[in-house]
Amino acid sequence: MSVAETAQPLLHDQRTTNTKRGRNTVELKRPLPTPMTPEAKPYWDGLKEGKLMMPKCDDCGHVFFYPRIACPSCHSRSVGWTQASGKGKLFSFEIAHRSLNPAFKIEAPFILAMIELDEGPRMMSNLINVDPDPAVVKCDMPVEVVFEKQNDDVTIALFQPAS
Amino acid sequence: MKELSNSVCIVGVDESDEIGSLPNVSQLSLHVQASHNAVRDAGLKMSDVDGIFTAGQHSPALLGEALGVNPRYVDGTSVGGCSFIIMVGHALLALHHGLCDVALISHGESGRSGCGVTRARDTSLSGQFENPYGFGGAPSYFGMITNRHMHEYGTTLEDWARVAVSTRAWAGLNPKAKFRDPITVQDVLDSRPMFYPFNLLNICLVTDAGGAVVLTRADRAKDCAKKPVYVRGAGEGTDHVFVTEMEEMPLSVATRNSGKKAFEMAGVSPGDFDHVMLYDAFTSGPPIMLESLGFCKPGEGVSYFEDGKSTPGGSLPINTNGGGLSYTHTGMYGIFPIIEAVRQQRGECGDRQVPGASLSLVNGMGGMLSAAGTIVLSNQK
Repeated sequence: MSVAETAQPLLHDQRTTNTKRGRNTVELKRPLPTPMTPEAKPYWDGLKEGKLMMPKCDDCGHVFFYPRIACPSCHSRSVGWTQASGKGKLFSFEIAHRSLNPAFKIEAPFILAMIELDEGPRMMSNLINVDPDPAVVKCDMPVEVVFEKQNDDVTIALFQPAS
Repeated sequence: MKELSNSVCIVGVDESDEIGSLPNVSQLSLHVQASHNAVRDAGLKMSDVDGIFTAGQHSPALLGEALGVNPRYVDGTSVGGCSFIIMVGHALLALHHGLCDVALISHGESGRSGCGVTRARDTSLSGQFENPYGFGGAPSYFGMITNRHMHEYGTTLEDWARVAVSTRAWAGLNPKAKFRDPITVQDVLDSRPMFYPFNLLNICLVTDAGGAVVLTRADRAKDCAKKPVYVRGAGEGTDHVFVTEMEEMPLSVATRNSGKKAFEMAGVSPGDFDHVMLYDAFTSGPPIMLESLGFCKPGEGVSYFEDGKSTPGGSLPINTNGGGLSYTHTGMYGIFPIIEAVRQQRGECGDRQVPGASLSLVNGMGGMLSAAGTIVLSNQK
């Protein structure tokens, strides 16, 4: 690829980074995922398109999370990606009455959620659109993904009770 | 390992000069104080130490330098707060093979004040997959394990509260404990909500303190200042690091594996212990550890804290120093349950002495039940 061909994307990246910095200090209520690792890029790229992508072993079919370059089940180095349904269950949760993370500014109480996707892997998230009350929030309740755009570069996967 | 049972003794233990809130004592100084105190407790000189074991921010090389010791053997295994318990087993092997003659395991942590502390580590995984959702700090993870336990076994907030009440009763008998006033189950239930199912009194303290343990081979231990305490068994295990990867949540595979190895080496079973120390960063930890260690069926660990069984005068005293919940908890608490078990085996514990204690269990976790160390200690071979 020639210098001329790379020039425009670089300039574009530069611009969005600057814009993002400006917004970060004013609007963002969550710490952005950082530092993003190369092996996780398909996950973050997928979210921007409204897709929940999970690493899947080409050899044994194991679907896992967080992204790794080798399969934790059969140790194969051949790992691809699959789009998850976005459906799963609330494996466990906590109702946070505060955050110990100063960069997290969403008002408490909020729900810390461990989601078990129908495809198998577990991931951390928040459960939203539900009362943060242990009488309502129950382990194993069915949930579905909600995509929440943070800025032009980052969308995250949240979950709500399944409709 | 069975043939190495009783081959090595703990001969010295102590904390730093003070424990608690110490904004003017650096983390390195906490190490040095605890190390000097424990070596003195053993009746040895610092120049006798030739094996250095430590976890956390300081490498064993730095600790050796700070202490003025040029060790023949070092170990910096760092798998969380149980690392020091695991190091008892590592020290045993090094001593047995003559790689060192006097092993020093040291902990120093300015967990509360952060005096002399900088933090730098790889946070790419938590930074991407946990922090955006408000995770941060151990309570935001351990509650996940606890809620799942409640879901699967029907355990209750009252069950966890009883652990805090029992531990506080012991703290009342320990002059070094930070919180000593008795509490009730209702006090725990009424304390400030933090991360459901945890209120403030379900969560350990955050303190500044050091602690150290000195070991040597049994033949040499006879010449030390105090009655030797034999390492009858030692075992370690690791499982996950991220709670999402915990294999058998809410039970701990790491805990189970560490206990199995230690019990086999010692030739003991859970029913043989008359004193138990469990790493209580959270009230739900000790019952889950008892279940994972095979003391009882899953879901039944809380029964050990019913009807005063675990309290002073009870049938199986648990966490007799007042635990991480009421005595001290720096961050990597694992050195302190070892110190207490040794003092109980020596009969040094005054008002909180367990009469006739002859077999102590020490089990601790690293991270969120991610790693585990178990040791079996006795004043008899």
